[in-house]
Amino acid sequence: MSTPATFPGVRLHVVTGKGGTGKTTVAGALALALARRGKRVLLVEVEGRQGIAQTFDVPPLGTEEERLVSDPSGGEVFGLSIDAKAALLEYLHTFYKLGRAGSVLEKVGAIDFATTIAPGVRDVLLTGKVYEAVGRRTGGRSSTGRNKGGQPIYDAVVLDAPPTGRVVRFLAVNEQLADMAKAGPIRSQADSITEMMRSKETAVHIVTLLEEMPVQETIDAIAELRAERLPVGAIVVNQVREEILDDDELAAVAKAVTQPSPELAEAVRADLTAVGVKATAAMAQGLLTEAAEHADRVALQREQEADVVAQGLPVYRLPSLPDGLDSGGITVLADALGEQGVA
Amino acid sequence: MTTKAAAKAPHLDLAALVDDPGTRIVVCCGAGGVGKTTTAAALGLVAAERGRRVVVLTIDPARRLAQSLGLTELDNTPRPVAGVDPASGGSLDAMMLDMKRTFDDVVEQHATPEKAAQILANPFYQAVSSSFAGTQEYMAMEKLGQLRAQAEEDDSWDLIIVDTPPSRSALDFLDAPKRLGSFLDGRFIRLLMAPAKAGGRAYLKVLSGGVTLATQTMGKILGNSMLDDVQTFVAALDTMFGGFRERADVTYALLGADETAFVVVAAPERDALREAAYFVERLDAERMPLAGVVLNRMQRLAAGSLSASRAASAAEELADGEESPTARTTSGLLLLHEDLAETAARQRAHATRFVAGHPGVPVTEVPAAAQDIHDLDGLREVGGALLR
Ligand SMILES: Nc1ncnc2c1ncn2[C@@H]1O[C@H](COP(=O)(O)OP(=O)(O)OP(=O)(O)O)[C@@H](O)[C@H]1O
Ligand SMILES: Nc1ncnc2c1ncn2[C@@H]1O[C@H](COP(=O)(O)OP(=O)(O)O)[C@@H](O)[C@H]1O
Ligand SMILES: [Mg+2]
Ligand SMILES: [Mg+2]
Repeated sequence: MSTPATFPGVRLHVVTGKGGTGKTTVAGALALALARRGKRVLLVEVEGRQGIAQTFDVPPLGTEEERLVSDPSGGEVFGLSIDAKAALLEYLHTFYKLGRAGSVLEKVGAIDFATTIAPGVRDVLLTGKVYEAVGRRTGGRSSTGRNKGGQPIYDAVVLDAPPTGRVVRFLAVNEQLADMAKAGPIRSQADSITEMMRSKETAVHIVTLLEEMPVQETIDAIAELRAERLPVGAIVVNQVREEILDDDELAAVAKAVTQPSPELAEAVRADLTAVGVKATAAMAQGLLTEAAEHADRVALQREQEADVVAQGLPVYRLPSLPDGLDSGGITVLADALGEQGVA
Repeated sequence: MTTKAAAKAPHLDLAALVDDPGTRIVVCCGAGGVGKTTTAAALGLVAAERGRRVVVLTIDPARRLAQSLGLTELDNTPRPVAGVDPASGGSLDAMMLDMKRTFDDVVEQHATPEKAAQILANPFYQAVSSSFAGTQEYMAMEKLGQLRAQAEEDDSWDLIIVDTPPSRSALDFLDAPKRLGSFLDGRFIRLLMAPAKAGGRAYLKVLSGGVTLATQTMGKILGNSMLDDVQTFVAALDTMFGGFRERADVTYALLGADETAFVVVAAPERDALREAAYFVERLDAERMPLAGVVLNRMQRLAAGSLSASRAASAAEELADGEESPTARTTSGLLLLHEDLAETAARQRAHATRFVAGHPGVPVTEVPAAAQDIHDLDGLREVGGALLR
């Protein structure tokens, strides 16, 4: 059962969220879900953490795009870990045909310098590479003016982006640079990047857990993204615990908990004994205590869930995998996204 | 219900640690979201209520926790926390790190007023001080150094508890001083400033053709006004190099001293413990004083004597059997218990594996509370568990 795709025209999926909520995992699952629909997808990371390699259980990625997955549908996932230094050298080479100057720059540490001292410059280089990949077409590369002739090489690019606190600066690179580079090629590059980031081809998805801090950061990020006119896509609620009790059961248990009585504990103990459990009063009481805490937790999660839903965005839910991402967990998550119509 | 292997880990005795007057600094570190801030605040509260005069430096407290600690004013200085029991003669101050402000203070302290004004207004300084990777880590350590100096000077505190930034790249804060230092020492920076200096050092001569080419190229790419700003920034910072380095070195030494204890906070999940393992090994490699590991948010069972599988089969039988009026409730309780008991067993297995891989590292456990921890009562509860 698959619902129609929610983001048909989107070619750049940006995945952000509070640190540790599952950005890298969700970006990987999204790329895989798109590939399962026959798409050719590039999955990109920018912090040099080798999160993609870990997620797909492959050796560390280099500066070249590498195929990670081929789906029977014909879809493919390629992976790339963008490095600011490599991107700057490539940029210099493309635009300035720098021979000696390029290597001199490297030798005196200018490349290191340019990619560390000015965070704006660094971000232009990183997002610039993403921009290039989104715009790349068959029949020759073109990273400035877009070559409208050929077919896009990638149907979609998925970006494992910096966390919510830094993502807006990262995407709206031209604002960041405004005070630093008032003119020049870096500046105009930044302007085109930001233009693409704000276009209908882009969607920024936010990953959250049903906990207070991640949900709060999600809400804050939505406001910040909108203020910068960056298109907000979906909220992905990650690590959703399976509902153990249905609403009736929960209600029954909750009632038991809000009106605790020795009689109830005794009735529970009798039920247990009837099915052959050697139950003590303490065990029956223990079960009720566990239920009370569970009811609290469910109430808290529902509060957070309501806050998420109130944002009025598409919401996707991914299960919490008991064994983490080992043994094919990423495919389970990709399937879940596919079924919910993300891709 | 502890397994044999888990029982072998020495107990991390945090009560003894905070009661020991020789403990002056506790650093809580770990991956993001595991409970570093919560642990730091809880430890601070209970230590204060046991008679220590504590200051807690938090980095990014959850909003409601910040409110209950009175951290609504962002003035980058510690304030007394209301509601702390003073009976044992202790006290608790808390603050939340303002990274930019801390950086500004450093500049103002180390440069002449004109120079400082020039630096603060420079666009590069503004970018670096608010988003340079590692700035938060560096400023957290800078602030720790300041608090330590103040404690020495006016005896306002006898225990400093530090939370660490939510970077998952383990122990960035240990590298941060070095990284900033090596950045400021970078060759290109020195070269950029060369014209302003006497010049004439041999290697500069050799490279000077290249340098001119390099600066020209950078100018072409970045725009010349940008390069000017960079040069101004770097020249201005140069006057502060000495101070920067010295302080970073002092703080680093402080972290390794006997008066300091590192507490690694971890969640009892596979990946989280993998990261905790990395922290433990890295601290060891740096010869930092590790007190031990806190396994936070452990699933606790109130009916621990009932196994998951027994609960499951009993629930099934109840559903099939003759209905007692409470059968539905009881089977719900059993299904829930099955899930909790499985989670607890899984966490126990992860913890056991961690302990086996790190023999001799003291460990303590904190149960998962049913609610988020956002008031003093919640902190007291976590603190009580920490000190057990
Ligand atoms: N649905 C899930 N079920 C189980 N484990 C998950 C799930 N999603 C993520 N995880 C685990 O949670 C941890 C954090 O995930 P991940 O690395 O994707 O987060 P992140 O947001 O990219 O973190 P960072 O902010 O450090 O980049 C990982 O160990 C991952 O395996
Ligand atoms: N033992 C615990 N039981 C229940 N919730 C907890 C516990 N420890 C931490 N939390 C919750 O987990 C969330 C993250 O904790 P926090 O201390 O901010 O993590 P960190 O500082 O490591 O990022 C907070 O909402 C906090 O209330
Ligand atoms: Mg990640
Ligand atoms: Mg924190």
